[in-house]
Amino acid sequence: MVRSKRNGDLYFGIICGLAALCGIGPLLWIVYDLVKLGAGRISPGFFTDAVRESGRAGGIAPVLHSTFLIVLCCLGAAIPPGLGVAFYLTENGENRFRKWLRASVDLLATIPSIVFGLFGMAFFCRFLGLGFSILSGGLTLACMILPVLIRTTVAAVEALPDHLRSSATALGLTKTTILLRVLLPGATPGIVIGITIGTARALSETAALIFTSGYATRTPDSLLDSGRSISVHIYDLAMNIPNGAQGASASALVLLIALLLINFLTNFFSELWLKNLHSSK
Amino acid sequence: MSRLRSDRVLSFVLNAAALLCGALVLGIVLFLSIEAAPTIFSGKISAFFTDEKWQPGSERDPQFGIFSMLLASVLITLLAAILAVPVGICGAIFRVFYAPESLAKWQDRFLELLAGIPSVIFGFWGLSVIVPFINRYHPPGQSLLAAGIVLALMILPTIALTTKSALTAISPSLMAGAAALGLSRPAQILQVAIPTARKGIAAGCALGLGRAIGETMAVVMVCGNIAQIPHSVFDPVRPVTSTIALEMGYATAEHKSYLYAAGLVLVLMTALFLLVRIRKGASQW
Repeated sequence: MVRSKRNGDLYFGIICGLAALCGIGPLLWIVYDLVKLGAGRISPGFFTDAVRESGRAGGIAPVLHSTFLIVLCCLGAAIPPGLGVAFYLTENGENRFRKWLRASVDLLATIPSIVFGLFGMAFFCRFLGLGFSILSGGLTLACMILPVLIRTTVAAVEALPDHLRSSATALGLTKTTILLRVLLPGATPGIVIGITIGTARALSETAALIFTSGYATRTPDSLLDSGRSISVHIYDLAMNIPNGAQGASASALVLLIALLLINFLTNFFSELWLKNLHSSK
Repeated sequence: MSRLRSDRVLSFVLNAAALLCGALVLGIVLFLSIEAAPTIFSGKISAFFTDEKWQPGSERDPQFGIFSMLLASVLITLLAAILAVPVGICGAIFRVFYAPESLAKWQDRFLELLAGIPSVIFGFWGLSVIVPFINRYHPPGQSLLAAGIVLALMILPTIALTTKSALTAISPSLMAGAAALGLSRPAQILQVAIPTARKGIAAGCALGLGRAIGETMAVVMVCGNIAQIPHSVFDPVRPVTSTIALEMGYATAEHKSYLYAAGLVLVLMTALFLLVRIRKGASQW
């Protein structure tokens, strides 16, 4: 009796362990395949050369340039309203508008990225007349990462100890001073985490960009120029260019390493933040 | 006086940001509707459900039946759920009840990294590994099954990580009570822990599936993109998201407005998953 019980536990544990392996194995498998296919293409020149033969040869310098500009536009457009909404939501007092606003932020977070692409094409490209451009793409991505920024900032402000706000109010500080000098500095590590997660999202996004910032492989002259981000480059090489797999895996490897660095930074900031929170309490 | 003015400016700025964000959601629905208006308000939207085929390019007989694509979206998501939900939940059980602390930490790390892999890389990997593998046994390889496998891998970390937090949130006294009753460990887990955490697990699954049904890039690369009703998991299919991604580039006039209407359908479907999550109480913040 005891024996069969112990065996049942063992088998159950083994089954669950195998399931856990299914979650871990594919990551190694994907990285292994990308390295096997693409590592040979990566050299210093890969980062500095122009795209040649639609990506089958040459480097990805213009693609990196466009990616950088798109992410910059995205963060520049998303951070101010994101912080504004978050501080609006964390102010005292609950009303129907706030409830509705929370629900709409949730809805915004669930809308598929391809729908953001449709919206960006109709609104930024045509209605505002920005055309297929880096600016249109960046603004579309800004709408997409807004919920991430809002939710992380709200969490960061709400995690601050209550006595901060109450003692600042007792000192007779104005709301503005409390926000800018007390809450904002306290929440900064959390906000930075939100920004790094948002950046990772923006870097990974493809579907929202193919109809807003376009496919051009040349180096963009201005923000109103079309330019492809690195994810779009991978998609195009894999889907539309015969023999593009090597270039695609090399670019995918570059993107993956960038995302790993961002993930590392995020973890670093979260640990720093948690340590600070504990010491302040 | 100036102190008060700065407060007024601040509250104006915050209100403006809040209004802008609220307007954004309405604006997205509004602009999709405006673009889809030629079909929605002319009553042609019924073609979505009455036409048999999707052949928007045909000059003689353009048809806009969305049924095969809706079916494909639902089937792919269902297949991904069948593959990912049991594996994700069992993996989380291992993480919480069996794994030693050092191993558990690594498991979390790996799942977070897997969750962060861009969908385009999943799609590319599926195209160069999963599709040729299936092709060896059941050509053409680009199929419902391939899309389901790739999507399952994508939503696995979401399900595993949310299940993990639901399981760790169970009060230890409950588990100690179950152990004191002499239940074996599998029985403690299956009859006490899982039922207690079921709300959190369901919310996690809804989150993953909501993502799956709206996923575009990973699916478009491996599903074969033929608008048909599949007869087996090895048949190529074309979900709603792929159709938009593939045809938006050249669509004009009527065709385009049907694609925007399809976008609205997608928003409705993901909103349903959000509703499930709100009902499960997972969306309160």
